[in-house]
Amino acid sequence: MRQAIAIGFFLGILSAIVGSYLILQQMGMMGGVIAHAVLPGISIAFFLEINLAIGAFIAGILSALLVMGIETRSQIKVDSAMALTLSSFLALGIILINLLKTNQIDLSSILFGDILGVTAKDVWQTAIITIFIVVVTKLFYKELEFYTFDPIGAKACGLPVKLLYFGLICAITLTIVASMQTVGVLLVMSLLVGPAITAYLLIKELYQMMIVGAIIGIFSSISGMYISYYCDLPSGAAIVMTIFSCFMLAFLFSPSQGILNTPQNRHRLSVIIKSLYRR
Amino acid sequence: MLEVCDLAVNYRNRWAIDGISFRLQPGHIAGLFGPNGAGKSTLIKGILGLVPIAKGAVSYDSQPLKRQLKKVAYVPQRNKIDWDYPVTVEKVVMMGRIPATGWFKQPSRNSREIVERALSRVGMTQFRQHQIRDLSGGQQQRVFLARAIAQEADLFFFDEPFNNIDYRTEEIIFEVFQELKQQQKTLLVISHDLGKTIANYDQLLLLNQRLIAVGERKRVLTNQNIQQTYGKLVSC
Ligand SMILES: Nc1ncnc2c1ncn2[C@@H]1O[C@H](COP(=O)(O)OP(=O)(O)O)[C@@H](O)[C@H]1O
Ligand SMILES: [Mg+2]
Repeated sequence: MRQAIAIGFFLGILSAIVGSYLILQQMGMMGGVIAHAVLPGISIAFFLEINLAIGAFIAGILSALLVMGIETRSQIKVDSAMALTLSSFLALGIILINLLKTNQIDLSSILFGDILGVTAKDVWQTAIITIFIVVVTKLFYKELEFYTFDPIGAKACGLPVKLLYFGLICAITLTIVASMQTVGVLLVMSLLVGPAITAYLLIKELYQMMIVGAIIGIFSSISGMYISYYCDLPSGAAIVMTIFSCFMLAFLFSPSQGILNTPQNRHRLSVIIKSLYRR
Repeated sequence: MLEVCDLAVNYRNRWAIDGISFRLQPGHIAGLFGPNGAGKSTLIKGILGLVPIAKGAVSYDSQPLKRQLKKVAYVPQRNKIDWDYPVTVEKVVMMGRIPATGWFKQPSRNSREIVERALSRVGMTQFRQHQIRDLSGGQQQRVFLARAIAQEADLFFFDEPFNNIDYRTEEIIFEVFQELKQQQKTLLVISHDLGKTIANYDQLLLLNQRLIAVGERKRVLTNQNIQQTYGKLVSC
């Protein structure tokens, strides 16, 4: 459980930072593709007896490159390219698992996460990835902010936008690989998108989105783990539902953007309160 | 001097613009006119290398412009910007200082002063801490104008800066254009207004896939040229 909490802590930070960029750059779909596309890499890595994370990372990057290649070299719209890539990589993964007889892989723990399987090595891996991403984000913060806000303007100034985009793809893939063990590839999108989008409803600037997102991410993953532990539920699903609850709270009650917090509603509330006092 | 030589851009199999050649002088404001879909935005993007060019060359002071992008300030069409991005007015203007600041560094005190002056020039100082999503169209355009000023560029490209803005903002934009002109900058501005604001331009370009006419106002604004560009007569 100590290890699970440690990994939840790092994942909360990591996914909020990378997730903020993912949302603002509208790369959510791409995240989904990468998350599913790691499977063939995992299978090959298992067969070659190397670190599964390395195989997953390479396969994830390849899928993103394939999407970008199809998009730039044809008239096909990007979402079709993504749908095709996603299912093809998934299919390739299933074929490889059969061909390479790697079906000792615990597929369900990769798809849905298995917090009890977290090892000290997983914690270290996640910690190193998190620290790496925090440092890189700090170093390139202003360029990444410019690029994600106004990619054309950034390119016109001579910033290497292709490199920045590829860097974001790598960061997203790293985050997915790191969260695989905890929430699984099917649910990782929630960890990437949820805390950051919740923070988005509450903040004014990108760095605040990352900080508030990290707090929400840490809170959700750790409390999700406790819920899963004490109620004997799958860890990934419990974390995802905790994240979603946080989001709904912010969605309804955010001071600036909550849907129940509109001027009309505030007016209605004050009318109700006044009428109560009058009686 | 900016020289565009036989520039062509195609999107897949269609030519968006073709055979475009012209020159812009420092200390001149050029107005680029043409109907919707004429390829005006594409021309600017082609000049800046933001879209792949099929043929042609663009040079500034006899060197390829592609290698001197730090001297360029570009204000994209406003509807191409994500105005829901969580960023303050001041931050956006500071983005104009990123090329001058360089990697791994914080903006210098000089940069902060430049940003402050740019904000005050466009009358946005009191909005510096506001989020851009709370601004009106005219205010948003002023923020981008301030960013362009802060870049201290030599070449300025504005894509339809006058769309959906208030009268005061239009005035400020033209005042700033005149100031940049005084400083011997080169400006290319896309506009739709062939009315009285046309007096602000030293040079006009009429575009409809091809460059129909380029030069001084009197020589360019003939009925024949306008008909060729817009396909119908426009009173002006
Ligand atoms: N990224 C793109 N891909 C394909 N076609 C495009 C793209 N951008 C513009 N076009 C087409 O090129 C033509 C010129 O567009 P544009 O330069 O935006 O015109 P303008 O700015 O004069 O209104 C239009 O027919 C437009 O549909
Ligand atoms: Mg246009």
